Amino acid sequence: MSETAIEFKNVIKRYGDTAAVDGMSLSIQTGELVTFLGPSGCGKTTSLRLIAGLELPTEGQVLISGRDVSNDPASERNIGMVFQSYALFPHMNVLDNVAYGPVIRGDNKAKAKDKAMEILDQIGLGGLQDRLPSELSGGQQQRVAVARAIVQQPDVLLFDEPLSNVDAKLRRKVRAEIRDLQRRFGLTAVYVTHDQEEALAVSDRIVVMRDGQIAQIGTPEDLYDRPASSFVADFIGDANLIAGTVSGGTFRAGDIALPIGGAEGSATISIRPERIRLLPDGPARVVSATYLGSRTEYVIATASSELLVSRPISEPAFVAGASVSVEIDADDLTRLAPA
Amino acid sequence: MLASKQTNTRAGVIWLGILLAGVVALPWYRQNSLLEGPVSSALAEGLGGRVWLLPGVIIALVLATLALVRPNWRREPVSLVLVISGMAFLLVQGFSIGLRGPAFDAVGLLIPAAMDGQPGLGWGGFVTGIALLILLSELLAARGFCRGERFASGAVVVITALLALFVFFPIVTLGSSAFISPDGTLGLSQFADRVSAPELWRLNCLRGDGRCGVVINTVILGTLAATLSTLLGLALAMLVARTDFRFKRALRAISILPIITPPFVVGVAIIVLFGRTGILTQLGADVFDVRASRWVYGLPGILMAQVLAFAPITFLVLLGTLEAINPTLEEASKTLGARPMATFRTVTWPLLKPGLAAAFLLAFIESLADFGNPLVLGGGYEVLSTKIFFAVVGARYDLGNAATLAIILLSLTLIAFWLQVRWLGNKSYVTVTGKSDAGLAAPVPPMIKFAAIAVIVPWVAFTLGVYVIVVGGGFVHDIGRLDLTPTFAHLRTAFSFEIGAEGLRLYGSAWDSMITTLQVSAIAAPLTTAIGILTAWLVSRQDFAGKKAFEFGTMLSFAIPGTVVGVSYVAAFNVPPVDITGTMVILIICFMFRNMPVGMRAGMAALSQIDRSMEEASQTMGAGGFATLRNVVLPLIRPAIFTALVYSFVTAMTAVSAVIFLVSARHNMATAYIMGRVENGEYALAIAYSAVLMVVMITCVALIQFLVGRSQLGRRKQLQGSAIAAAAE
Ligand SMILES: Nc1ncnc2c1ncn2[C@@H]1O[C@H](COP(=O)(O)OP(=O)(O)O)[C@@H](O)[C@H]1O
Ligand SMILES: [Mg+2]
Repeated sequence: MSETAIEFKNVIKRYGDTAAVDGMSLSIQTGELVTFLGPSGCGKTTSLRLIAGLELPTEGQVLISGRDVSNDPASERNIGMVFQSYALFPHMNVLDNVAYGPVIRGDNKAKAKDKAMEILDQIGLGGLQDRLPSELSGGQQQRVAVARAIVQQPDVLLFDEPLSNVDAKLRRKVRAEIRDLQRRFGLTAVYVTHDQEEALAVSDRIVVMRDGQIAQIGTPEDLYDRPASSFVADFIGDANLIAGTVSGGTFRAGDIALPIGGAEGSATISIRPERIRLLPDGPARVVSATYLGSRTEYVIATASSELLVSRPISEPAFVAGASVSVEIDADDLTRLAPA
Repeated sequence: MLASKQTNTRAGVIWLGILLAGVVALPWYRQNSLLEGPVSSALAEGLGGRVWLLPGVIIALVLATLALVRPNWRREPVSLVLVISGMAFLLVQGFSIGLRGPAFDAVGLLIPAAMDGQPGLGWGGFVTGIALLILLSELLAARGFCRGERFASGAVVVITALLALFVFFPIVTLGSSAFISPDGTLGLSQFADRVSAPELWRLNCLRGDGRCGVVINTVILGTLAATLSTLLGLALAMLVARTDFRFKRALRAISILPIITPPFVVGVAIIVLFGRTGILTQLGADVFDVRASRWVYGLPGILMAQVLAFAPITFLVLLGTLEAINPTLEEASKTLGARPMATFRTVTWPLLKPGLAAAFLLAFIESLADFGNPLVLGGGYEVLSTKIFFAVVGARYDLGNAATLAIILLSLTLIAFWLQVRWLGNKSYVTVTGKSDAGLAAPVPPMIKFAAIAVIVPWVAFTLGVYVIVVGGGFVHDIGRLDLTPTFAHLRTAFSFEIGAEGLRLYGSAWDSMITTLQVSAIAAPLTTAIGILTAWLVSRQDFAGKKAFEFGTMLSFAIPGTVVGVSYVAAFNVPPVDITGTMVILIICFMFRNMPVGMRAGMAALSQIDRSMEEASQTMGAGGFATLRNVVLPLIRPAIFTALVYSFVTAMTAVSAVIFLVSARHNMATAYIMGRVENGEYALAIAYSAVLMVVMITCVALIQFLVGRSQLGRRKQLQGSAIAAAAE
């Protein structure tokens, strides 16, 4: 399963003077679920639409299954897309919505309806086929949108913020369903979200974007444990970013001194809050302690900086004002590329 | 996936086949082949002596060969070069060799055969042109134009070409005819003389010694008509939007009448009421001993008719403005202690002013374009639109002069449009949905309410009087002399028929024009709607280079007064290469391009309510632009389609200013027939015909409603309102 399903070769999309996508190159393997993650306006939707063919690149090439589709319209690519608003046709019932693609692509009515029924059954919507979209709950509408997108066995399945219209309580469930479906049907999928937790939960790989460019590509673990830049470290999970200098294999910032590899000179390191341990008594002071149910979050003042620390409640707690010492494993710190 | 790729290439190949048919099989010319026998193809004509046709044939053949040997021909630069040179060929040969010989002497020297000239294009020529346009759009789409969407690309290219041919080209031709003197020489001084002629600009009437020039007359009429109808419209809008006046619904209903009223008939009714032998004139003479005179002919009569016709338009515009004014502002003013009059003066009035300006300019533009009323009621009062007509149709055919007058009229109209855009931006002043927060709005002060009622009552009485005559006048012996014996004689003259041994026989003198009118309207309405809605979809959903210019072109066709369109079509289309005067086609085309902006507005308003991701979803499921339009967009914008259909149908039935130039003995229209009757003084016949026409229109609108608006029952009133609203913009 390592064929290339989608490839971007230095793709640029400009609207007037501004580049929404500014030189992206990446390849997505068959069968994997890749997420485009980044703050609002960074070009995620535009990138997705470039795959769909709803936008054509200003420069560069888009390849699907090895074929250059840069100038092909959406209707001539074999993709399925789940829109943020679901975009169900309000004047057609559920069955006609799902059978739309097969009919358009040349199946006769009966065969198209059979295909649609089959998918609806598999996706747990059997029995709702005669309803109009307006007669469905939000979650059901979303599943119809998914059924409609996969009934044609597309080369790629695209999701643009599919959970943004789903009840907060249901999000976990729906995203698990999506992931399960993608695995079950062996689909290649591209998923857009601005929510890092969602991205970590569903993805095989994540493309972190910033200002139309790729900040970093990697598995969720890669990005969490080895962020390449302070932008990524900050965007994914919480991170303590500490600026200091490296000399003689040791990173120093104030009273912090840690063994580190790499070039001498100034450096920034990132440490995840849950990788910092707290011990009673010492030079540091607890500024605040916040109980969050499953863990406690502390702000710790050291001589040189403030650190965010997260500890499980199974450990003894400290109160605000207590003096503590801070322990960090050299393995847990990541040296970030100079900005 | 592969299947769709194949259809793709196939479509391109089909159009190549059509292109070949256009040059080797179909008759290139309309008539007059050089060869013996029937008209023949470009290939045959070219080999038979008209050698200038051969390059086109060669280009088509090379293109077809290229497509055969290169599967990827749609992306090859050489294809684009070939298609563009094919189009250049078509234009150059068409415009450089006319009916009686070459346009430039050099061409004649180069190709002696060109001295004999060539007739207008026939099927072959038009099919070739269309095939080239579609091929161009295919090649552009293959390069990413319109996001690679072939249908959209085709629609943009074809509509642009149609606008160029049927909007820009006639105007440019008209402009150039203004510089040509009767003996055929070109001259600026000629134009300068015509433009500065004292008969255009005399100001004598203002000094009280004689008549003014025709331009001055037009502007005076426009200003007065716009002022009066704006005041009347304001009074109406105040009553409906801001008072508890009891007859609001009746007022709204009356305001719909003018759009289904055939031209001339209001003028005739006014003559019947106020003419020298008119009903009220006689009454005045008998009771008050007022001497009967011809006072109504001229400015007073035209003004009456125009105010009657335009007040509903200004009413709708101002109603929209009033209803859009947030009542909480007025509330606030009241809570701050302002008295009603002060609230009105400081809050309502300033907010109303832009609407007043819009209404005024709209009525002014309508008055400039009005042709029917000045013709019937003008007497010696000449305005530009009638003067243009007589310069072309009268005894002294003088296209140059008509063109000069048309340019002046067009300039006045464009200035008014420009002012409107300049002052008011491109905002719409009519809320189509007509949302009103009734109950919250501050009622107007009683003084103003009574003033408004005082204005409205005579207007309503007058309107009712006019329409009593319009409806009843055709069915009495002689309404003009108050002979009210009921009779069907007039109806019989117009529409008698017999069902005998040979089936249905139509004897009445009006049948021809009625049938033509119905045919033309029935063909034009769906085409107008189609091009209007399609254009709306392109403008609101597609991104393409040159979109701004495209939008401007569509609006331009609406801004040009009908009379100017008529003259420009005469100037442009009675000579090759596009020689279509005297056909039904020219009537249909004229309606299409004059009325498409209404469908476009309605379509754009409807599309702005629809989430475009539904169309994108359709595309991602494999539907091209056309399938998406048909399956997703059209079902969701049915009301807009209904509005466009009704408006274009009704307008085609009642239009006069442009078609009067374009009708022919074979293809006469109802309005032209009515005009003939009015000119002969056969008022009763004209009125009877008009009444029948109104009944036919109402029936057809109901039929359209049944066919298109099934799911929208009960919304007709509102939609008709929005048809007028769209027209009013
Ligand atoms: N059709 C468009 N026209 C002009 N600018 C656009 C268009 N679509 C997106 N943009 C701009 O491109 C940038 C990226 O947009 P988008 O891809 O929607 O971001 P995201 O989905 O990451 O929030 C934004 O600055 C947006 O304003
Ligand atoms: Mg987005």
